[in-house]
Amino acid sequence: MKKRKMFYRMVTASLMRRRSRMLIALLAVAIGATILSGLMTIYFDVPRQMGAQFRNYGANMIFTPAQEEFQQADLEQGISLIDPKELVGATPFRYESVRIHEQPLMAAATDMESVGKTSPYWSVDGEWPSVSRQAMVGKTIAENLNLSIGDQMTINYTPEDADEETPDNWIDCKVTAILNTGGSEEEYVYLSMEDMEDLTGVPGVIDLAEISVSATSEKLSSYVETINASVDSVRAELVKRVTASETSVLSKLQALVLLVTIIVLALTMICVATTMTAVVTERRQEIGLRKAIGASDASIMKEFMGESLLLGAIGGILGAIVGFVFAQVVSVNVFGSSISFRPLLAIITIIVSVLITALTCVLPIRSATRVDPALVLKGE
Amino acid sequence: MSLLELKHVYKIYGDLHALDDVNLKVEKGEWVSIMGPSGSGKSTMMNIIGCMDKPSKGEVLLDGVDIAKESSKNLTLIRRDKIGLIFQQFHLVNYLSALENVMLAQYYHSVPDKEEAMQALERVGLADRARHLPSQLSGGEQQRVCVARALINYPEIILADEPTGNLDDKNEEIVVDLFHKLHAEGTTLIVVTHDPEVAEVAQRTVVLRHGKLEREVINENFTGTFQH
Ligand SMILES: Nc1ncnc2c1ncn2[C@@H]1O[C@H](COP(=O)(O)OP(=O)(O)O)[C@@H](O)[C@H]1O
Ligand SMILES: [Mg+2]
Repeated sequence: MKKRKMFYRMVTASLMRRRSRMLIALLAVAIGATILSGLMTIYFDVPRQMGAQFRNYGANMIFTPAQEEFQQADLEQGISLIDPKELVGATPFRYESVRIHEQPLMAAATDMESVGKTSPYWSVDGEWPSVSRQAMVGKTIAENLNLSIGDQMTINYTPEDADEETPDNWIDCKVTAILNTGGSEEEYVYLSMEDMEDLTGVPGVIDLAEISVSATSEKLSSYVETINASVDSVRAELVKRVTASETSVLSKLQALVLLVTIIVLALTMICVATTMTAVVTERRQEIGLRKAIGASDASIMKEFMGESLLLGAIGGILGAIVGFVFAQVVSVNVFGSSISFRPLLAIITIIVSVLITALTCVLPIRSATRVDPALVLKGE
Repeated sequence: MSLLELKHVYKIYGDLHALDDVNLKVEKGEWVSIMGPSGSGKSTMMNIIGCMDKPSKGEVLLDGVDIAKESSKNLTLIRRDKIGLIFQQFHLVNYLSALENVMLAQYYHSVPDKEEAMQALERVGLADRARHLPSQLSGGEQQRVCVARALINYPEIILADEPTGNLDDKNEEIVVDLFHKLHAEGTTLIVVTHDPEVAEVAQRTVVLRHGKLEREVINENFTGTFQH
């Protein structure tokens, strides 16, 4: 049999067959690793989580026309420069003056699906318009025109180049929803892009686009620069207030998590060191015996180091798994969203546990080599 | 040249002379018993011969080398290569099987050899207990594992400090029989014992009292061969 095989066998036997003793040490390592892995996951996930929280307050980038207006194709070209993983939503708006029941007002055409993403704070009574000839009206308009959900209405539009003779364009729409925002959004009628094109006879025009991107403020600024440089018809701007505060709150939160992580690591080290010291003390007789039958200090050191490395690895693996679950629970309960497993974090957790266990075991193991076999084996 | 020679060996703890001017020669292949009342210095002497302790004064020549002058690192090497130890408390590593305990001595000596370790267990009649943990073995069986471990590396001397002190008569007999076999094969044996019956099967009995070598008895009825 190879020497290495025997070594491996001794080390595993010590952990497996002395289960109850090693369990305490293992628990210390595993709890430390759990908290480490959990906090690291949260640390790296906080930006994403907090970003999502802040995005609830609206888009953080807008496109306005460089001249009069821009086209759907320009919007698409612009957002194609943003990493699709970071792009939360892009919502076009087209504003036209219309009349309903002879009252002049503003109609906004938009993409009903993505507007929910860029303006998540919109509170809607009824059903979002989903097919053509369905419309949503702002609360103010609904009150002024006495419109309620399920009502039919006729929307009139006078083309810009029309003279006295030309009849108005018109479409009939059903009100399916009433919008409450507490802001100026309540003063619009919302149509789908297609209905607006039917009404005006002019396709593909956009006056404004709201874009929500999940990225740091530096990244956002660089996106703005790139888009402005490469899409002539569009002027991209940041909605600065939200992104700036997002970043500063984030860094404070991360600093806090980092601090807690360091404290937890220190506590883990103390705990593992104490446990290992107890383990070594308890095994003085065995160490004496090993020395009596010919073990050198170096081989005693190697064996105990092997045990502690294995302990660190098992504890680290347990911690990485439990820590992920812990982070997941925190994330779901605090931020209301789930996180994805990061293999790199798991590997880091395991490596750190192994290193910390090894480091904290050095002193107890050194004292193990000083055991005098003649003293511990004496026993009348 | 004797295999082992103690010349004016002292071991002094404060005022206490645990060993007081001890002189002793042991030839290769000899079987020596050491007797004496409790506290007379038997274990102290065995520890010094076994390279686990150093005398306060005097020379201890093992194969012509004065082990009193060696560093503790060298003592470990000498102990590993030349000495097989058997203790009263049958010290075994409690989480290793009988076989693994025997292989442990091979591991520190050179390389573990499962077949050879198995043969050693066969010699002490424990082939069928090879996979048992010490806690699953009786006292006598544990001590036999210790004997197997002590002989596995073909040491020049086997030192046994009250090997039968904790054994019943039947196991005592088995262990003494093993000593007979080892002696017949040429192994040098030094056995500390309280039991005159165990002592008198050796060629020579050395009696210690208050750290001094009181007397030596040549056992008349020693035959030199194993008979049962
Ligand atoms: N490490 C020590 N420190 C002090 N006194 C010791 C030590 N080891 C042994 N002694 C003393 O030396 C004497 C001989 O002990 P020992 O050799 O163990 O006797 P025994 O013949 O019973 O084996 C005893 O009085 C014992 O108390
Ligand atoms: Mg003794």
